[in-house]
Amino acid sequence: MGALNQERIVLLIAVAIFVVAALALPDFLTPGNLIAIVRSISVLGILALGMGVVVIGRGIDLSMVAVMAMSVAWYLHLLNDGMADAAALGLTLAGVVAVGLANGFLVAYAEVPAIFVTLASGSFVFGFVRSQVISQDAVPVPLGHWMMDLGALRPGGIPADVYVFALMALAVWLFLRFTKWGRYVYFAGDNPVAARNAGIPVRPMLLLRYVLSALAAFAAGLLTAASLQSINSRVVNSTLLYDIVMVAVIGGIGLSGGKGGVRNVLIGAALIGLMLNAMTILQIPQLFQNLIKSGVLLAAIVVDGLLNPRDEQTAQQGDI
Amino acid sequence: MKVMKTLALVAAAALALGSAAPVLADSDPGPADYAAKLQGKRVILIPLSMGFDLAQGWSAILKREVAAFGGVFETRDPNWSTEAGAQAITDAINAEPRPDVLVVMAPDLNSYSKLLKKAQEKGIYVLLIDNPANFAADAYLGSDWTNLGALEAQAAVSFCGEGTSKKVGLVQGDEVNATSLYQYEGIMKVFAEHPDIQVAAKPVSNWDPTTARTVTATMLQQNPDLCAIIDFWDGDATGTAAAIREAGLTGKVKLITTGGGEKTADCDTLQNGTYDAVVTTELYIESYNMVAMIKYLLQSGIAPGTASARIYTLEQVTTKENMRPDSCWDLKALQALAGE
Repeated sequence: MGALNQERIVLLIAVAIFVVAALALPDFLTPGNLIAIVRSISVLGILALGMGVVVIGRGIDLSMVAVMAMSVAWYLHLLNDGMADAAALGLTLAGVVAVGLANGFLVAYAEVPAIFVTLASGSFVFGFVRSQVISQDAVPVPLGHWMMDLGALRPGGIPADVYVFALMALAVWLFLRFTKWGRYVYFAGDNPVAARNAGIPVRPMLLLRYVLSALAAFAAGLLTAASLQSINSRVVNSTLLYDIVMVAVIGGIGLSGGKGGVRNVLIGAALIGLMLNAMTILQIPQLFQNLIKSGVLLAAIVVDGLLNPRDEQTAQQGDI
Repeated sequence: MKVMKTLALVAAAALALGSAAPVLADSDPGPADYAAKLQGKRVILIPLSMGFDLAQGWSAILKREVAAFGGVFETRDPNWSTEAGAQAITDAINAEPRPDVLVVMAPDLNSYSKLLKKAQEKGIYVLLIDNPANFAADAYLGSDWTNLGALEAQAAVSFCGEGTSKKVGLVQGDEVNATSLYQYEGIMKVFAEHPDIQVAAKPVSNWDPTTARTVTATMLQQNPDLCAIIDFWDGDATGTAAAIREAGLTGKVKLITTGGGEKTADCDTLQNGTYDAVVTTELYIESYNMVAMIKYLLQSGIAPGTASARIYTLEQVTTKENMRPDSCWDLKALQALAGE
């Protein structure tokens, strides 16, 4: 059974859906549709990369969708108010990093569970920007701004989102695989106390991870706004956050930390993208789509629990 | 004798004049009566969210009008949460002093029905706006969504004439909201009369622009020859427009939608070709109908829940060709007028 871990199960399901869809669905196996599938999961994938790094380090960042929507809403608001682009971008970036640092600080030094910290910071970011900064859910991209060009950019007929996703996946892979701090993420996630006793700077690394996830969220927001020519803060109320967790977890990044990598995010994202595309082509009603999606998530978690039982030694260190 | 007669006449005239004079000087009882019945009345607006153009437009007009008759106007912002909206209604029912009129936009057919019935029993008039619900409100003010869908479908039929594929795509809202269900019904009624028009696909956006973009991209992959797409709300149609734009089909696939008729959301986008036709929900007419109902009910003396009326706004399809300077309303100008 060890050979059949969750990652492989999900990969098998994804391949099965792909083969069946390619044979049974009209115009599924066209370059255009395949690009559309990858594109549809690019933003989700970028968010899941950020979430993945946090979850591997045995954390979770529930503020990502709020940071994604509200940082870009703030940025666009500043631009629409006539602020120079560099200043607006700098200010927004500083805000994004500050949220990441605050999340990391509260988790690492105040030792508040990540799930509560980020749930609260997400609500704060949304509530503050929504009530104090922007007056409407939707904030338009100013005419002639570079984001408009970014949204229209399609080198080789492929939307810019896909390239950004690919580059970020590569960068995160290099970070986790080849850098010292990247390797430390696994040690800290697997057993934080042991990692700390071994002299690994566990707390500063926590800060770094939450800053990374906040930056990933900002990038995802910029790409969303570039394509839609506006950002809508209503996305905070959507199921996007659960979808991010689902992509990370379904691909095999265990919520107990220390496991998985970029490959798992890619597999999870592929499964979601294929499922949604096939269900849309099949015209399955929305309510059933949600049911199927959540059923798959539940099944993956149950299978994960059965195949990868908790390690008694680390389980006592406390979960998220 | 003649002198006497004249004198008597003059006296009679003077008498008549004298008694008439107080009547002429007496003022119209209307304003005092109006003020007595409306002064200090409390009106609360509870839309799905205060964060979109229609709600801000309603609020601006109601605020100005309620203040003008000496009433108190408040809004609640449930921020698209049905639970928060229910809580706001509950709070309003139990508030002291109790509000006199609740102006509520229901999120779906049933969620608020019992609460609103309770409000009426407590002596609060309930106006339902924009979204119909299974509840006998003192008045429903807003769109006849079946008719609105029919208008959209007629626009699609006109875009899908000879020489086109006659294939139409729908981007529905959520399959549970009255606005989504009735709009769909109206669209299909019209298409039933035009058997040559074929609905190629009808995915759901959940009112979210990113989802709308993804499902439309898929739909266009399957059916690149669509002649028109009807999206059920301009709030997510930006995503549908992005998918059409990214597929290089702007102008070929006509995009029809509905919205509040705010300038930047609808008329500017018609002008720049993002949308090809918009059925606007006529904010001014809708809002002033609310104002009239509030003024009427507060003076009527009838108990809340006695009567139930539907006051549909007359709507039409706006396109780049028939657009007039007053086809849309300007949120910023309206808010400036209301002193917001």
